[in-house]
Amino acid sequence: MNILELKNITKKYPGVIALNDVSIDFVKGEAHALVGENGAGKSTLIKSCTGAVIPNSGKIVIEGEEFSSLTPQLSESHGIGVIYQEFNLVGELSVAENIFLGRAIRKGLIVNKKAMAREAAAIFEQFNIDIDPNELVSNLTVGYQQLVEIAKALSQKARILIMDEPSAPLTSAEAERLYEVVEKLKASGVTIIYISHRMEEIFRLTERITVLRDGQKIDTVKTSETSMDALVKLMVGRELKETYPQRKACISDEVLLDVQNLSGNGVKDISFHIKKGEVLGFAGLIGAGRTETAELLFGAAKITAGTVHLNGKEVKPKSPRDAIDSGIALVPEDRKGKGALMEMTIRSNTSMAVLERISKCFTIDLKAERELAESYKQSIRIKTPSIEQKIKNLSGGNQQKVIIARWLASEPELVIFDEPTRGIDVGAKSEIYTLVNALVEEGKSVLMISSEMEEVMGMSDRIIVLCDGKISGSLDRKDFNQETIMNFASQK
Amino acid sequence: MGHLENLKGAAKAVNFVKQNGIYIVLLVLVGFFSIATENFLVSHNLMNVARQVSMLGIASVGFAFVLLLGGIDLSVGSNITLVNVVCGWLLVNQGMNPVLAIVLTLVMATLIGFTNGWIIANLQMPPLIVTLAMMIIIEGVAFLISKGIPIYGFPESFAVIGQGYIGPIPVPVVIMVVILGIGAFILNKTYFGRYFYALGGNEEAAKLSGIKVKNVKYLVYSLSGFFAGVAGIVILSRTNSATSNVGEGLELEILTACVLGGISVTGGIGRISNIVAGVLILGVLSNGMVLLNVTEFTQMVIKGSVLMIAVAFDCLQHRKTA
Repeated sequence: MNILELKNITKKYPGVIALNDVSIDFVKGEAHALVGENGAGKSTLIKSCTGAVIPNSGKIVIEGEEFSSLTPQLSESHGIGVIYQEFNLVGELSVAENIFLGRAIRKGLIVNKKAMAREAAAIFEQFNIDIDPNELVSNLTVGYQQLVEIAKALSQKARILIMDEPSAPLTSAEAERLYEVVEKLKASGVTIIYISHRMEEIFRLTERITVLRDGQKIDTVKTSETSMDALVKLMVGRELKETYPQRKACISDEVLLDVQNLSGNGVKDISFHIKKGEVLGFAGLIGAGRTETAELLFGAAKITAGTVHLNGKEVKPKSPRDAIDSGIALVPEDRKGKGALMEMTIRSNTSMAVLERISKCFTIDLKAERELAESYKQSIRIKTPSIEQKIKNLSGGNQQKVIIARWLASEPELVIFDEPTRGIDVGAKSEIYTLVNALVEEGKSVLMISSEMEEVMGMSDRIIVLCDGKISGSLDRKDFNQETIMNFASQK
Repeated sequence: MGHLENLKGAAKAVNFVKQNGIYIVLLVLVGFFSIATENFLVSHNLMNVARQVSMLGIASVGFAFVLLLGGIDLSVGSNITLVNVVCGWLLVNQGMNPVLAIVLTLVMATLIGFTNGWIIANLQMPPLIVTLAMMIIIEGVAFLISKGIPIYGFPESFAVIGQGYIGPIPVPVVIMVVILGIGAFILNKTYFGRYFYALGGNEEAAKLSGIKVKNVKYLVYSLSGFFAGVAGIVILSRTNSATSNVGEGLELEILTACVLGGISVTGGIGRISNIVAGVLILGVLSNGMVLLNVTEFTQMVIKGSVLMIAVAFDCLQHRKTA
């Protein structure tokens, strides 16, 4: 019997279709895995089920009751519970109080702590969990906090439990305990929608697997009838459709950046090098340590061990200023949060990293500043009536170009691009690719972090795959292959 | 086409009012008091207003820098008190040369600001709490030095700063104009002035652009202390006596002037030119209310309301653009 059916769900955002006509059904008491690359549509799908996102079309059927859209209240009252990666717990309240947060059991005006503790204990007992309901949540480890979240959902009579990467923050012992709880939940008739990148646990826990790719459902398969390799093929089996601008062979024999045994910021003992005129791609899943490595090189996070040599000289960037002065630039992944100064003009945004260089006696040479901004506006075609416009008035692609201009102005030898084309239109994308080519043809080096498989394969001369803060694989251009990269990137 | 031109014209007009609306408010106030009282619109009274607001104008430059950064400096009022007491003590009890006494006092005021900045930048404490604690500490120190007894009997040469004239213009007004000019220069022409906006707009992006965030914070809070010091010296010279409550509540008047002048309390937005209007509005309001015989407590109600309305206006404006 189907407890939950998604029928032809479509969700469009400006410029992108997050879900395209997706239909999935979930059987009572099964564990059903949702897999797919970053951006495949898993999050949007979950949010449609919880009422956080309203689909443009399609139906959601919960135990025969049909909805065209849900609200968070409706979703909860119909038995859908979610365990997010970020917990919604109040550390300074007890376990029992958290479980009954907002629905406290009361005697008149007074909260009945004993009754709440008793009910919480009953839930824990049912699933063999050893937590004291009177303990403060802040005293629990992450693994136990997660179990409190699960108990909270169960106390709200959840019959469908969505778990988003539940094992990601856990130690292996904690994960074991989670798996046991999941098995018990299934046995008691709760349906589990399980999202994970870890192949091993998917094969251990689930009955069926649905693969999403680019907002479309590729297939739903029985776990017992598939293999890890077959699954990876389904996840990545996409034609390389975009063409990437050709560049002249320009890789020199000289090594520009040499990183040995670098650790810190969640990165564990990684070593690699980049030659002059080379584009090195960093592939991997979100949180694998790619951005974290960039932050180390750029002086934005603390290096705990290892060495970095630039042009044969050791550099120890303690701040972004140090990194900039030694010739490293970082175009950050979060344009709004870490790049653009929204209330400032294009001119100010462009000159920000070199302001002191174009100043005399503390005074900015405004003429030089205007010329700098104008020249980049021309050369990388920033579409704006004037450099005196505030950057917030530009499109995402043009904002990104201004940020790139800021970094080109610092005359770096190594440019790190972190997700350089996220959220920008196709035209601006290809212009950014051309710009990357021009950089390496000039003999500079590029480190390109991208979660878009096509992009990282299309642009890189070499790819390093990271997983869990370590390098899990390295490929030369001739060996580029989506399945191999995906295999390196997923934990097995 | 004509229609489009009209629309553009209207948009420009709206923009003009938005940018300079504060001057319109000032004109309305001046108009009101000119009609309501006989003694407002006479030249010696207007000069009086200018002199009265000069210390507010001087201190608000440093305060504006702090607000641009997204911070606040509640210690400026008691910094002004301490400057009065210490400078008075050096002049009278130590018989120090006035120039030396002024320099030493300004160094002290600046160091107090620097200490605020150092604590805020390095211990990541909220500016509100740090400067509130500092306010209480230096208020206590001022009292310990003066023992609550006014200090007076300064050398005559010292009186020039607060009571002298250059031509028809009082010296404090000249000092204010110079300081406002310096403030505008820092914000518009220097690279570190640009950093104030960058930091207030997006600290993370500023840091990743290579700005040394801590140094900027040291500088801004030091400048806030320094300008408070200058304001303190002007007051001391004008009143000719150092008392241990002279700066009480001034931080809120200065805050009101800045916010009226369009410096956003959330940081990153504001210009010096509009602070002038903010300062003048407060001056005209105080002066006019005195002329109308409004009691001190009613004045407090009105001034508090002005602060509330100014901040509400600021917040509403930025919610729309966000």
